[in-house]
Amino acid sequence: MSLDYYLYLSALLFTIGAAGVLIRRNAIVVFMCIELMLNASNLAFVTFARMNGSIDGQIFAFFTMVVAACEVVVGLAIIVTIYRSRRSASVDDARLLKL
Amino acid sequence: MLVFLIAIPLFSAALLLLGGRALDKVGHIVGTLASTAAFAVGVIEFLAMLGRAPESRAITQPLFTWIEVGNFNVGATLLLDQLSVCFVLLITGVGTLIHIYSIAYMSHDKDRRRFFAYLNLFIAAMLLLVLGDSYLSLYVGWEGVGLASYLLIGFWNQKPTYATAAKKAFIANRVGDVGLSLAVMIAFVQFGSVSFSGVAEGVEAGQASSLALNCLGLALLLAAVGKSAQFPLQAWLGDAMAGPTPVSALIHAATMVTAGVYLISRSHFVFDAASVAQLFVVIVGAITLLFGAIIGMAKDDIKKALAASTMSQIGYMILATGLGPVGYAFAMMHLLTHGFFKAGMFLGAGSVMHGMNDEVDMRKYGGLRKYMPITFATFGLGYLAIIGVPPFAGFYSKDKIIEIALDAGGAKGIILGSITLLGAAITAFYMSRVMLMTFFGAKRWEAGAHPHESPALMTIPMILLAIGSVSAGFIFNMGDRFINFLAPLFHAGDSGHSGHGEKEHLLPPIVVSALALTAVAIGVSIAIAKYGRGKAIPAVAPSDVSLWTKVARRDLLQDEFNETLFMRPGQELTKALAVIDEKVIDGAVRGVGSITLDVASGVRKTQTGFVRSYALWIIVGAVGILGAIALMSL
Repeated sequence: MSLDYYLYLSALLFTIGAAGVLIRRNAIVVFMCIELMLNASNLAFVTFARMNGSIDGQIFAFFTMVVAACEVVVGLAIIVTIYRSRRSASVDDARLLKL
Repeated sequence: MLVFLIAIPLFSAALLLLGGRALDKVGHIVGTLASTAAFAVGVIEFLAMLGRAPESRAITQPLFTWIEVGNFNVGATLLLDQLSVCFVLLITGVGTLIHIYSIAYMSHDKDRRRFFAYLNLFIAAMLLLVLGDSYLSLYVGWEGVGLASYLLIGFWNQKPTYATAAKKAFIANRVGDVGLSLAVMIAFVQFGSVSFSGVAEGVEAGQASSLALNCLGLALLLAAVGKSAQFPLQAWLGDAMAGPTPVSALIHAATMVTAGVYLISRSHFVFDAASVAQLFVVIVGAITLLFGAIIGMAKDDIKKALAASTMSQIGYMILATGLGPVGYAFAMMHLLTHGFFKAGMFLGAGSVMHGMNDEVDMRKYGGLRKYMPITFATFGLGYLAIIGVPPFAGFYSKDKIIEIALDAGGAKGIILGSITLLGAAITAFYMSRVMLMTFFGAKRWEAGAHPHESPALMTIPMILLAIGSVSAGFIFNMGDRFINFLAPLFHAGDSGHSGHGEKEHLLPPIVVSALALTAVAIGVSIAIAKYGRGKAIPAVAPSDVSLWTKVARRDLLQDEFNETLFMRPGQELTKALAVIDEKVIDGAVRGVGSITLDVASGVRKTQTGFVRSYALWIIVGAVGILGAIALMSL
């Protein structure tokens, strides 16, 4: 089976994730979509590692997972804090930084 | 020793200015003593100089290294030679007499201490001017006397017109100063030196082209024209009479205004090698001597008439300096005799004003000789000296100038000779007019005038100056003593003049004297016919006079000329520049600001605060970059 299909899947997952980030208002869903994009890129990494016969891509995938784990910790904490203070998980409500 | 000449009055000026009101009681005494001390030093130096051989009479005193940049080295060095010693004695001598006179003249002024401080400042600056051994030192003194002149003209600056007169004098002087600074620069570029000896050597060695020398000469002439109130920068002198009369006597008659003559005589090596500049010197002198004389005829203000006369007499001196080596010594001689008689007459005018409640209009004088006998006598002696009646001082000095003007050769000699003779006639006319209107005729006093003779402190300086007016010419001329004294400086011996008669004369000297005396007699006769016994002099200047008289009363339209040619275009220019500054310069600066603001407020709209729109921009950017990469790798 050609490895290309993994790349197609990766691209599809990334696009779905990106679209979700752009379209959805719920912070949790947006967050999940970001995770989806990260994992899509992970899939692409390992696919390329397989294609090139080197393990560099796999190492990168691990890095991405670590970063994603950290991001989840910080991101969820922020979302929860915002929800507590504003009683809303909508990203459109958190626009206080606008001038 | 030389440094004390400058240091004493300078220290006194500083003391009086910084001392404040505490010194009010002694200010005039300190000032007069400082001037007297400087005079004593000057006399000692003069006697010491006479004791030396004619070739080694010049002495220098290095004070300190002033500027040292690479090869360029200017020392603050004082130079006393035959030329500067004449000035030193004139400045300190006449200056001291005028200090003494001022004690009485200014006795009612609450700012008398300040007045004496300025006078001392002037003496110090003027001495620096004549003692500096380089154009740069001279420049410092030159500016110093300009400052002192400004301060003293505007001494009564509570009157706005007087303050304006001071500014006018200062600005006209600044125009001339540009010439001097140009001259310093030209000298530095051409000769790498700004000292008199360095420039003289450079000229002798032919380091500069004739064009450069002529430019240098014309720049120096511009400086002289500004300081000496010569055409076309003469307009300030009449207004400078706003200053107290002793100031007019010292600065605007005897010393400062003659600095131009000093500058040209000092730079004789330049002018002797620059024929065009020298010709301009003669032209300026000739124009001014008639210009001043014509203005003098029309003035009713006694001080302004005397000021016009000063202008005219300095014209004689400038003309003489323009005639080359033969002229410098005669210019100096006329300068010294003029210093005596003109200062004496100004002090006389001050004495008359003192007795007449500061009235300056001669139409309101008349018949004062019985009330002010000493003033009348001293003024009269000065009068006889200025119109050139033998054996008074002016006869010897002016006669010589007429003589050398006639000897200038060809048409030039005839033109210059006629101008100087005409000038002598006009001088005789207007000075007789001053005499007749002031001291003779009917009393035309204002109500409440009680003319009285001035106190001894004022009359004694006038008497001493009158003695100078009577005898100076005779003493100077005895055996060509003065000419021989200055000869080593100007190489006058080379041109065969010191011997007299070696050179071909256009007219024999005796004929020249006769012509000059005839001119004087004509001038005096016309004045007597017009203003003499029995002639009514209206209290207000008649208005139904010829156009010429009207023009002469307005200083031959010199102010109008300056205003239309320089002042108004200058004002228009500054207005235009102000508009350019407002619209273009400020416009550009403000434009940058407002454009930045507009752009920013436009771009600000993209900052919505929606996370999703930011994410969209990130993705658009990422896609754009990827697209670009893809496009390039195609």
